[in-house]
Amino acid sequence: MKGEIKLLREDGTRLDGRRLDEVRPFKIEAGVLKNADGSAYIELGNNKIMVAVYGPREVHPKHLALPDRAMLRCRYSMATFSVEERKSPAPSRREIELSKVIREALEPAIFVEEYPRTAIDVFIQVLEADGGTRTASITAASVALADAGIPMRDLVAAIAIGKIEGKLAVDLNGLEDQYGGGDMPIAMMPRLGLITLLQADGVFSPEEVVQGIEMAEKAIKMLYEEQRNALRKKYLEIKEEVLGSE
Amino acid sequence: MSKHYSVLPTLKRESILSLLKRGERLDGRALDEFRSIKIETGVIGKAEGSALVRLGDTKVVAGVKVEIGKPFPDTPDKGVQIVNAELVPLAAPFFEPGPPGEEDIELARVIDRGLRSAEMIKLDELAIVPGEKVWIVYVDLYSLDHYGNLIDASGLAAVSAILTAQIKRWEVKDGEVNLLEETMPLPVTSVPVFVTIAKIGDNLIVDPTYEEELVMDARITFAINENGEVCGIQKGGSGGFTPSEIKEALSIALEAAEKIRPLLPTRN
Amino acid sequence: MPVYAKPKDIAVPGELLAEGQYAVEGAVFVIDRKVYAKTIGVVEIEKEKGKRKIKVVPLKKKYIPHAGDRVIGKVVDVGVTNWTVDINSPYTAILQASEVLPRPTDAARIDLSSYLSVGDIIVAKVIAFDFSRDPLLTIKERGLGRVTKGTLVEIDPAKVARVIGKKGSMIKLLRDMLGVEIIVGQNGRIIVMSEDRDKESLALLAIKKIEREAHVSGLTDRIKAFLRARLEGSK
Repeated sequence: MKGEIKLLREDGTRLDGRRLDEVRPFKIEAGVLKNADGSAYIELGNNKIMVAVYGPREVHPKHLALPDRAMLRCRYSMATFSVEERKSPAPSRREIELSKVIREALEPAIFVEEYPRTAIDVFIQVLEADGGTRTASITAASVALADAGIPMRDLVAAIAIGKIEGKLAVDLNGLEDQYGGGDMPIAMMPRLGLITLLQADGVFSPEEVVQGIEMAEKAIKMLYEEQRNALRKKYLEIKEEVLGSE
Repeated sequence: MSKHYSVLPTLKRESILSLLKRGERLDGRALDEFRSIKIETGVIGKAEGSALVRLGDTKVVAGVKVEIGKPFPDTPDKGVQIVNAELVPLAAPFFEPGPPGEEDIELARVIDRGLRSAEMIKLDELAIVPGEKVWIVYVDLYSLDHYGNLIDASGLAAVSAILTAQIKRWEVKDGEVNLLEETMPLPVTSVPVFVTIAKIGDNLIVDPTYEEELVMDARITFAINENGEVCGIQKGGSGGFTPSEIKEALSIALEAAEKIRPLLPTRN
Repeated sequence: MPVYAKPKDIAVPGELLAEGQYAVEGAVFVIDRKVYAKTIGVVEIEKEKGKRKIKVVPLKKKYIPHAGDRVIGKVVDVGVTNWTVDINSPYTAILQASEVLPRPTDAARIDLSSYLSVGDIIVAKVIAFDFSRDPLLTIKERGLGRVTKGTLVEIDPAKVARVIGKKGSMIKLLRDMLGVEIIVGQNGRIIVMSEDRDKESLALLAIKKIEREAHVSGLTDRIKAFLRARLEGSK
């Protein structure tokens, strides 16, 4: 099945019209859930992902708590209807691995030492999936954590680099992911310049790995600006509403 | 398997860091050196292929078992590769009995992806009756003694077991599959070598021991194929790497991979 | 020595606010003389002794107990020698019998629920907290004890200071204009008491309005205007 679909047009654009270094249209909203301490919603291409953060809160059972810091727990879950063929509701091995790597992508950004013996829970629900869900989840989860008022060194933003017909491309969609030549998801704390998630499958030359990281950095800096806008939006709207009516 | 949290004495981290400043490690190795590697193959009689790897004090055994089954619907003419890993309770004081946890699953998937991206097992040569019957190759990893760097040890065990595996030849007559007495090696292309590098402070070290893993900020594993290409990457741990650290780690990994590649068993 | 942020800016975690030698306060951290915001919050730039101070007031925060804080708690469990009290914090508090009972008594011989039972609301003071053990409370001082009337409202602990106001100015405003009694807990819980149900409700609305608009300047005047309009309207 591989290689049967031409993913690049004659003029070098992708099937959805994007250039190789372009991210899909996206939107990020903060504070979308009433019950959660912090929350965010992201749409990236056809991806639709909701993230809720609860915490810092008590750990049950108590003996599991860490004496000197908050424990970060993360659950990445895909809805049964999020993919073409219905996915079983039970956590798959992929979801378990992604929960781990996403947690490890977010943890470096959080001042966990400020809340000993507590837990910070991040719940990621993928409602619709179309390539790049783990990186979109990380981007939304950072916003949810910040929305909850959790102290952080930096936000974390993420994007996946792949290969389309041998060329490096930013933000592969589902089709490109399936028929392309490699997938390299990357998460970074943009201000600190620290990579907190890096995986790859497929084949990349060492130069492509380095170049891919550079391409990702650009996209991540752009995503960071939108994360920032999403967080400030609700407060700026209240300000406008209040001052505008005077 | 339970997650191990150690209120590790900061003293240990301090002493490891000060040694590293002088370019030394607790066990006397250089920063870019692997521990001693011993690979024994054909250790499990009932498996089609097997290998016991000793990487320093870490011990992992891999077994390859094959059976005939249905292919996946979207790849009807290819065999199936399934990798599983278990960190068994006898391997470390903090491992608890139970279903695979996140670390077992991550380990299995990292090895699986490295093998798959290198296309080590030629799955398209393992179809018996396309669409109906193919070889299913199970690569099962058991970590027997955890003294650090289960990933690289498991990688060596997996590829060694695959390289020395023998499966029965087969013929298809009138839609019936007959397994013959004659055996053949599993069809194999490029062999991936896994190299894990830990970051402790500003230092990058190859093949962390258990103690080094407890104090490390993060780790990164590269799977390298025979062409010196990267066929897998997995960052782990709750710290981070700068882009230039990744570049440096990659170059260290490429060299280290080629140093240990000659230790692998030759193809059958 | 540049300051990049402006007063009343909404800062997000990791945002660079200023570079140079500054006094700092609130949700900020400093690395190599660079001042960064630590949580989502409002930037304030104050002058302290002729020098500029960079401050970030968090817009949201969890209540972390401090000794001396007045808090409003809810009893969630009765034990043999103590009660367990929910103080709207990641840390559940303990109220020992000795901090409730008038005389030293053999607490194990008394049924504690005759003093305080599950569901009771109390105004208490935190007497001790260090992260290694549960926070300890007392209700033995004046003004502390079980609450039997009034309405309880919860706001984000980050906004408590605004409800109190500079030197108590906001809470005084509410009391003067509405004639209600207000007890503010540092943990984001507030009790409003009045004979007049309407005044009580108005106070709750005002408190919620303060919580929502805390980051927009001119808050005191707006609350005054809001209350005036409502009070006149009800005549």
